[in-house]
Amino acid sequence: MAVEARTSGKANRLGLEKADYRGNVSTLCAGCGHDSISSQIMSVAFELSLAPHRIIKMSGIGCSSKSPAYFMNRSHGFNAVHGRMPSVATGATLANHSLLAIGVSGDGDTGSIGLGQFKHMLRRNVPLVYIIENNGVYGLTKGQFSATADQGQTLKYAGLNELPPIDLCIEALVADCGFVARSFAGDAKQVRSLLKAAISYQGTAVLDIISPCVTFNNHEDSTKSYPYGKQHEEQLHDITVVPKREEIMVDYEPGTVREVAMHDGSVIQLRKLHEEYDPTNRMEALRLLDGAQASQEFVTGLLYINESRPPLPKLARLPQTPLAHLPAETLRPSREALEKAMTELG
Amino acid sequence: MSTLEIDAEIRCGAVDDLPPVVNDFSIVAATVNGSGSQTANLMLIRAIFKMGIPVNGKNLFPSNISGLPTWYTIRVSKDGYTARRESAEILVAFNEQTAEEDLCALPTGGVCIYPEDAKLQRTRDDVTYYPLPVKQFVSAPEIHPKMRDKFATMVYVGALVELLGIDPEEIRAALTHHFHGKMGVVDLNYGVVTAVADWVRENIVKDDPYRVERMNRTDGMVLIEGNTAGALGAIFGGVTVAAWYPITPSTSLIDALNEYLPKLRSDEDGGPTWAVIQAEDEMAAIGMVLGAGWAGARAMSATSGPGISLMTEFAGLGYFAEVPGVIWDVMRIGPSTGLPTRVSQGDVLAVYVLGHGDIRHVCLLPGSVAECFEFGYAAFDLTERLQTPVFVLSDLDLGMNLWMTEPFAYPNRPMDRGKVLSADDLRRLGGFKRFEDVDNDGIGYRTLPGTEHPLAAYFARGTGHTEDAVYSERPDDWEQNLARLERKHDTARTLVPRPLVEMVEGATVGVITYGSARPAVYEARDQLARQGMRTSYLRLRALPLEQSLREFIAAHERVYVVELNHDGQMCQIVRMELPDLAARVRSVAHCDGLPLSARLVVDAIQEQENT
Repeated sequence: MAVEARTSGKANRLGLEKADYRGNVSTLCAGCGHDSISSQIMSVAFELSLAPHRIIKMSGIGCSSKSPAYFMNRSHGFNAVHGRMPSVATGATLANHSLLAIGVSGDGDTGSIGLGQFKHMLRRNVPLVYIIENNGVYGLTKGQFSATADQGQTLKYAGLNELPPIDLCIEALVADCGFVARSFAGDAKQVRSLLKAAISYQGTAVLDIISPCVTFNNHEDSTKSYPYGKQHEEQLHDITVVPKREEIMVDYEPGTVREVAMHDGSVIQLRKLHEEYDPTNRMEALRLLDGAQASQEFVTGLLYINESRPPLPKLARLPQTPLAHLPAETLRPSREALEKAMTELG
Repeated sequence: MSTLEIDAEIRCGAVDDLPPVVNDFSIVAATVNGSGSQTANLMLIRAIFKMGIPVNGKNLFPSNISGLPTWYTIRVSKDGYTARRESAEILVAFNEQTAEEDLCALPTGGVCIYPEDAKLQRTRDDVTYYPLPVKQFVSAPEIHPKMRDKFATMVYVGALVELLGIDPEEIRAALTHHFHGKMGVVDLNYGVVTAVADWVRENIVKDDPYRVERMNRTDGMVLIEGNTAGALGAIFGGVTVAAWYPITPSTSLIDALNEYLPKLRSDEDGGPTWAVIQAEDEMAAIGMVLGAGWAGARAMSATSGPGISLMTEFAGLGYFAEVPGVIWDVMRIGPSTGLPTRVSQGDVLAVYVLGHGDIRHVCLLPGSVAECFEFGYAAFDLTERLQTPVFVLSDLDLGMNLWMTEPFAYPNRPMDRGKVLSADDLRRLGGFKRFEDVDNDGIGYRTLPGTEHPLAAYFARGTGHTEDAVYSERPDDWEQNLARLERKHDTARTLVPRPLVEMVEGATVGVITYGSARPAVYEARDQLARQGMRTSYLRLRALPLEQSLREFIAAHERVYVVELNHDGQMCQIVRMELPDLAARVRSVAHCDGLPLSARLVVDAIQEQENT
């Protein structure tokens, strides 16, 4: 809890500088897309002049879920158990609906162990920016497939994945989530703009961000373009000798497709939505994602928005004063009230 | 008293060779689950209670919506005993499936009341039979044909009113209470009761000694289930978030929250000052509790064994991340589905150490409905003071059955919100370390999210951490953390409800019990004393164990830990924590799905004393 050293530079409307939004030094692999996302969160919070003490950072377990320690040290954080961050965030936002909750999860945390809580969080419309740092692989346990991994993909540890992926944006749409977006960790501009939109949304805003794993998402079937030899590849499984790499950065125009080379030499295709795309049509969004899955493209941008569903605190008719701040005289009924209840039982 | 009693005495004249048995017998109503017998039984209990006679009801029901057999026992006891008795003198044989077996269970001189068209074989000649023409009372045109089964249960109420001398006005009052003054349905039911009572008076010659007489032993008392009491306690303890998943026998605790919160805790605009959320499972329920507790709410859940199993990982997180939250475990027989509608104190060991790693949780052990209320609010003070999940171990018998009690006492101390630093505190202190043991009681200071100070925030985590809540895998940090948690556990020993002790001069044997085993032990000690064996008594009301337990055991040659499970779980904890006294500690443990009876306790203690 040390005070961040002030750096010279511009202050935002709160008089805070960028340094006031910093977290601890990341312990993720150098070049990890998750760190890029953390940077964008800090940057957006600074730009929007969000008061750090009004933000809570929620996460589950996994590489992604470590990252809340790496941004905004002035915000309370809760690193929960694997796949169960949505319930903790639900409780926290019920206790204090005046806070802005930012949840960070991963594809394993959300798509496998946490799929149930993910869907029920969406069903309740818990007010939360729910970021999925999606790399299709289990990093901390060194390279198993997650439920979002591509069918037909091969990993050093896990072999061939013969199962179809769970598309978490499709799952969100089916659960009638009112804010569904997809992006790529390296597209800083798009991540920032989607984050800003998500922060202004009242209910659960799902932001599925493809975030390449520099260490374990190493397709054996693309060895031709793999810049490292077989010998070197095996060393990659020892997390202590992960080579330093640059983050993959992209910047491309709406309506265009951009092929992006991953660290292992494989290529993914990003299709940015047209500016005239209508994000208020849920069936259209589902159709688009279904088509993109067939053509193995990632469609990025705001896929769907619908602000009609009330968020949970509104549905629960919570009072303006957060439950956590209600004074004892509100919380404990009177002596007479107890006597009356007893009389009625008698 | 009323003419009814005089009538009863006149009719009893025919059998005056039998001494009357007044206010000291049991009734068992054997019915089919879903037939509406619960209402009939509650009416009987309430009427007897309102006649000033101590009474207790126990519902032995199947895991089933309708169709399986269910037994409801009503114990009438002038001496105030409320434990289960192993036999009932009066059988209401309204379930043909079990009638033969139920009849066999009657003691000599017992009474069997049954529908006359039932194919009951009168296999016993040492009991009295009262066949009732049930159908003629439920075929009235104002009774809907689909409701006839439900009204059939009112037929045995009417018969018992007449046979036992229950004041019919008390039945009417009970019906009015039960149906919240809806007089149409009250009159319909009461009409059946009085019609049957009239018929019995004219057509049956009473040939048994059992009857009730007005007393004044329940004056000022109320009848309530433990789950309702617990919910009321939680409300007076300021619960703001309750997250739960339906599971017998805890569901009625949440039902009671939903019933009473709007009456007791609505704000000036009539809106809620709480959130009750039905979660998708118990993992989500406890996750919500911990999230809410971390953010400053008084949060709780209510569950039973299988839910506790699912909560395990989060319970460990709550312990290590040091987050408040109250979890009620209304215990039933496990494992997994086990006997889901039968009682047991089988979760004691599991809950005490719930989670992986070195964990010992604070567990409260209510032994009465009054303690369900008291611990209902005290649990919130403890969980926030100690910054750790607190479990309340009730059970099906205590939670779902009706118990007599003095009206609950209003909390006698203000709420304790624990060590929470405000922004002003932080400005004054210049910062804080979340897990620093400033006061040498193992409890650090916490801040709530939203506290407006640059140094307020910390990162709650189950992973290894320093005093400053920063990730650490350093051996020293881990060891120091465990040592501090142990200090905190020792602090808990001084804060939890102390055991209740009754030292009997000259007694060499002590009896230790807890929870719903209390009534059986109470009665058993009376029986033992009558047989010349005087015993001291200690009732545990919480874990961790407190110093007075050691003194109690040390003061006796032998102590018996009486509990309702097979393995003697509390006995094991006592022996484990007081190894130097373990040789004096003996186990009386029983688990068959039924509440403990005095006879079981007496027999078990005598057997061990004689060997």
